Amino acid sequence: MAAAQSDKQYRSPYSPALGLRFLLLAGLSIALLVIDYRDNHLDAARKAIGAAVYPLRVVVDAPVSTWQWIRESTATRNDLQLENSRLHAERLLTQARLQRFASLEAENARLRALLEARERVRERVRVGEILSVSANPFRHLLVVDKGTNDGVYDGQAIIDAAGVIGQVIEADVLSSQCLLISDPGHDLPVEVNRNGLRTIARGTGEYDRLDLPFLPNNADIEPGDLLVTSGLGGAFPAGYPVAVVQNVTRVPQEPFASVSARPVAALNQVREVMLIWPVEEAGETEADGAGDAGGPASDDMEPAAPDENAPGADNDE
Amino acid sequence: MSNRQINRQVPIVMSIIIALMLAIAPMPDWAIAFRPDWVTLTLIYWAMSMPRYYSVGSAWIVGVILDVAQGTLLGQHALALTLIIYISVKFHLQMRQFPLLQMTTTVFAMLALYQFILFWINGVAGITSPAIMYWGPVLTGTLLWPPLSLLLTNVRHRARR
Repeated sequence: MAAAQSDKQYRSPYSPALGLRFLLLAGLSIALLVIDYRDNHLDAARKAIGAAVYPLRVVVDAPVSTWQWIRESTATRNDLQLENSRLHAERLLTQARLQRFASLEAENARLRALLEARERVRERVRVGEILSVSANPFRHLLVVDKGTNDGVYDGQAIIDAAGVIGQVIEADVLSSQCLLISDPGHDLPVEVNRNGLRTIARGTGEYDRLDLPFLPNNADIEPGDLLVTSGLGGAFPAGYPVAVVQNVTRVPQEPFASVSARPVAALNQVREVMLIWPVEEAGETEADGAGDAGGPASDDMEPAAPDENAPGADNDE
Repeated sequence: MSNRQINRQVPIVMSIIIALMLAIAPMPDWAIAFRPDWVTLTLIYWAMSMPRYYSVGSAWIVGVILDVAQGTLLGQHALALTLIIYISVKFHLQMRQFPLLQMTTTVFAMLALYQFILFWINGVAGITSPAIMYWGPVLTGTLLWPPLSLLLTNVRHRARR
């Protein structure tokens, strides 16, 4: 305080126009952010500044590396021998693992080729990898590494090997955000596979439970029934397994039975998901139009649906 | 700027460099979520006490260096630091009069804002991580403010001689 006033020519910290300078720099930062996020044009600048930071890294690392150097140079012969034998054992183990890795790699390539080949079979399917899941416990979201570049659109259905996972709510250029069926804000039109009873499955915020709130007390539904998508909402193609009914509680006074179901897809364990595009070939005039008769329309998909344990059996007829 | 004035700046620049080093120093995994924002704290102090020399410009440069050092999006720390330092300079006359407790509370608010901007940019870029990662530095940074400001006051008085 005193210093600022005692200087002969007092230069206000506010000049030249602090606010203006701030706005300029903030704008510059945002421009940098956008450029850096969109593509990697800034790599050169990054490398240059990185080179300037390098001495700092070395200095910071110095205590640790000095300590290690002291420890290494004072290690006893006994210690070294022990370490040597341990490393030998480790090397043997890793090599053994590597042998299996080669065959696994080949198998993986084959499976991926299979999945890619499914594109031509019925609905077009592509595999996407999950980039991140939401940190918010009240929102069940995940981000998949396919975006509008790959043809992803808002509302597209997402499945895994076992059943429905959710739908795309925001397709960006390179990635897209998906809402899981277990999100409290997600409703999914389903039907009971056994008798075609239609209802809505609502997310609860728990990964292993869906609610079926709109079933009357006399509805024909039992624990163990498989629920499949009915295709009525328009977002999901019909016939994909969704959940297995777990609990049916009928309270006589209540208008609705309380029914809960367990999703067949491992919602919180998936690493890879499949995105579905509906068929739009000219040859097949199928039930893709809006608001068609939902129940009978699913006849061609129905037979394949029940075996949720056979991945890939659900849409290659 | 005379030679004498330049000499005065040396300890201050050194303190900022040391803060940068502390920001990239290797730490055990459990402690990383609680690493205080050394650079932010140091810059707040100098912006408050010497706003003519350390203002939004230096904050932006340090921010870009921090971005590169920590591998974040280029401009992320720069934006957050520039905003915090803008506030510090704008209100430096008031903040110098604050008693320690009130000043620490202010620092808490500024650190929270700083982390929020980082969190927000991460969110826009689709990088999500648990909330504790954002709150840890705010808490440790606030606790660190009283001793750190004492230490830097000491540095400032020595530099003045």
